Amino acid sequence: MFGYYLDLAVRSLKRNKVLTALMVIAIAVGIGASMTTLTVMHLLSGDPLPGKSGTLFYPQVDADPTTDFSHKDPVDVMDYHSAVDLWTAHRADRQALIVDSQLKVRAPETSLPPLMEMMLSTTSDFFPMFDVPFQYGSSWQPQDDEKHARVAVISADLNDKLFGGANSVGRTLQLRDTDVRIVGVLKPWRPSPQFYMVAGGRFAHGQTADFYSKPEDVFTPFTSGLEINDGNFWQFTCWHMPDKPGYLVDSPCEWIRLWVELDSADKVAGYRSFVAGYAEQQKALGRITHAENTRLRSLMQWLDYNGVVPSDVRLQTWLAFAFLAICLFNTVGLLLAKFLRRSGEIGVRRALGASRAAVFAQCLVEAGMIGLLGGIGGWLLTLAGLWLVRRQPAVYADMAHLDVSMFLVTFALAIATSLLAGLLPALRACQLAPGLQLKTL
Amino acid sequence: MDILPILSTLRRHKLTAWLLILEIALTCAIVCNAVFLIGQRLQRMDMPSGVAEHELLQIQVADVTTPSNPYARLAEDVALLRQVPGVQSVASSNQVPFGGSSSNGNIRLDPAQPERTLSATTYFGENIPQTLGTRLVSGRDLQSDDFVDVETAMKGLSTGDSKSLPHVTLITQTLAERLWPGQNSLGRLIYLTPTVGLRVVGVLDSLVRPNAFDPAKAQFTMVVPLRMGANKDQSYVIRTRPEDRAKVLAAAVAALKKADPDRVVTTRRSFDEVRRKFFQDDRAMAGILTGVIAALLIVTALGIVGLASFWVAQRRRTIGVRRALGATRSNILHYFQTENFVLATLGIALGMALAFGMNLFLMTHYELPRLPAVYFPVGAVLLWLIGQLAVLGPALRAAAVPPVVATRSV
Repeated sequence: MFGYYLDLAVRSLKRNKVLTALMVIAIAVGIGASMTTLTVMHLLSGDPLPGKSGTLFYPQVDADPTTDFSHKDPVDVMDYHSAVDLWTAHRADRQALIVDSQLKVRAPETSLPPLMEMMLSTTSDFFPMFDVPFQYGSSWQPQDDEKHARVAVISADLNDKLFGGANSVGRTLQLRDTDVRIVGVLKPWRPSPQFYMVAGGRFAHGQTADFYSKPEDVFTPFTSGLEINDGNFWQFTCWHMPDKPGYLVDSPCEWIRLWVELDSADKVAGYRSFVAGYAEQQKALGRITHAENTRLRSLMQWLDYNGVVPSDVRLQTWLAFAFLAICLFNTVGLLLAKFLRRSGEIGVRRALGASRAAVFAQCLVEAGMIGLLGGIGGWLLTLAGLWLVRRQPAVYADMAHLDVSMFLVTFALAIATSLLAGLLPALRACQLAPGLQLKTL
Repeated sequence: MDILPILSTLRRHKLTAWLLILEIALTCAIVCNAVFLIGQRLQRMDMPSGVAEHELLQIQVADVTTPSNPYARLAEDVALLRQVPGVQSVASSNQVPFGGSSSNGNIRLDPAQPERTLSATTYFGENIPQTLGTRLVSGRDLQSDDFVDVETAMKGLSTGDSKSLPHVTLITQTLAERLWPGQNSLGRLIYLTPTVGLRVVGVLDSLVRPNAFDPAKAQFTMVVPLRMGANKDQSYVIRTRPEDRAKVLAAAVAALKKADPDRVVTTRRSFDEVRRKFFQDDRAMAGILTGVIAALLIVTALGIVGLASFWVAQRRRTIGVRRALGATRSNILHYFQTENFVLATLGIALGMALAFGMNLFLMTHYELPRLPAVYFPVGAVLLWLIGQLAVLGPALRAAAVPPVVATRSV
């Protein structure tokens, strides 16, 4: 029966090509616009570490003793003292200190000009904790953190730039004026957002596109990085002027992030009370004032708190769906026109014994057919839309591609829209009284 | 033209009529809000900076190792840049208007005050007002004996020695008016920390902050006489004639590279580029919204064409009868035009209410102001026009129906 309905649908669509084209175009344009924004939204609002994000947490301690701010929330990052204390306690399954800085990089064995690159100084747990993929070599060892070892891991991008993509493990890299040995090269790695650096979203007025930047190109042990690029670190904020700008160790500044991995709910509760206890103890020592102001947010809670999805992108998504709604109304109207125009034919079918349900099904098959055609058009328009997005200057532009799941969603949405649009006209068509229609033939 | 027969016909086609009305309403609501959003973005992109934008260049260099005397190094660089042909003035600055990242200070009017009055951006470096071209409204400019080295000031701050700190500042008119409404601000004190009181010695016409996201706070700006060293993220700002910019930029970069071939130039651009980059998201959004409006109007017009054609086909015989009974072609034409006008009017009326609701939603979620009433007539006229254009084809086809149709197959 379904095959017969399909045949009828094709015949009917061929009969009035202009009307068919109008409907297909309306659905295609609506689907194209909404899928383009939905794909960007999906890209920006997704989980950067699916399956793992639930075990990652971001502790915060409020070390600022002043009363400048309301202290409703602790500052987004921590001071050196608190962050290093919490890290040194090793109370979590894994823990990584993080700070970034810019410095000059060159490969002394090549004749390439020096580059200014971002360096992430972190601890060895960073790589296994965030599932960072390696192409060559591996992470440095925990003892390298202690020994202030002059080693580095570099990104695939930098490896291509400096060593033409060859295995550069064991080669030397000059960071500012220090030589370090490369121990690992990453595979291309582009988490969306660059979650481990996210901070300060609540001050960004929705302009959060920079959270989707590429990861850094050079990774060094935390202790070594602080020495190599001494004097070139930037604070997130300070509650008091540092003695020497750029030299932030033990300064009254907040500039270091700490991430911890906690594999069970018990451990999360335990760590939460550990952080609170630490703050209390520091308050007793007189170092901090607002001891009650500690937080332990999970990765997704932290992204949510920072409102990582740029407000423009959210606005575009609303807009696209309003647009799809208009296309839907349009299609309802046109389908109604199409089905009612065929009243005579429907009357004959009903008189020959077709049930209401059969007529209803036939109309819906035709609507679904339009949806399928609209879906193909919508898919092409989505590809064009994403091409336009990639040409935009936004930092996340390079990531805007249609993956398999969004490809399937495109067709599902197109057919769902057309079936929804077909519902009312089909209902009207199957309620036509056959006698009346036959009389007018 | 009698409107009653039209209404009675529409009553027979309630469903289709409502669909059309709803489609027009939704389109009207979205178009009104989208046009408003575009206006907002364009207005933001026009935000005044208070500086001579078409005459300015920005260069940032990064030294590999900290120079032994960063202050001497900076003075050498500035002297070098001054010698580049075409250069009118050179400033060193910690930040630039619309540059993005901003150095901010918490202002108190009384050192004992527990919470800050507001947060203002602080420009520091030499020659800033002259080079940027911002006008002094009252008071005096910063003088060379006002200036203190950054590092000396930092030491002074941590030791509490107020002698080694700067004592004066320039502020913008907007900031002066916000701090001391209706009063003279010259000679007043601003506290950045309980120990540092900066006396306002001059008021600048306008100088926008680097992170001007909130228009209300965009002009909360101070210029503090701190001398920068050449070891940090400071920028050299060069003023030149608009037509010389490309040439001067290339020559200036070459001069800096020649002085130390080992350093890396991290930024080199004109202020037009600075502004373009700062507002790139707004421009992209305005473009997207324009595209959406166009696509929406096209889709709605196509919908009207489709439904009107359907109605014309359905009423062919009725039209024939009317023509046979003496209606002229223009009577038929006007009938369909009026019908569309009635539907569009109903849709627009509903659309206004929707537009208002949508604006309320945007106001709560996106910090937008209320939709000014002027957008409503704009949306209405646009949709009336689209409706009339869309219905013209089908209505002309209806008018072309010959009276003889009435005699067939009745």
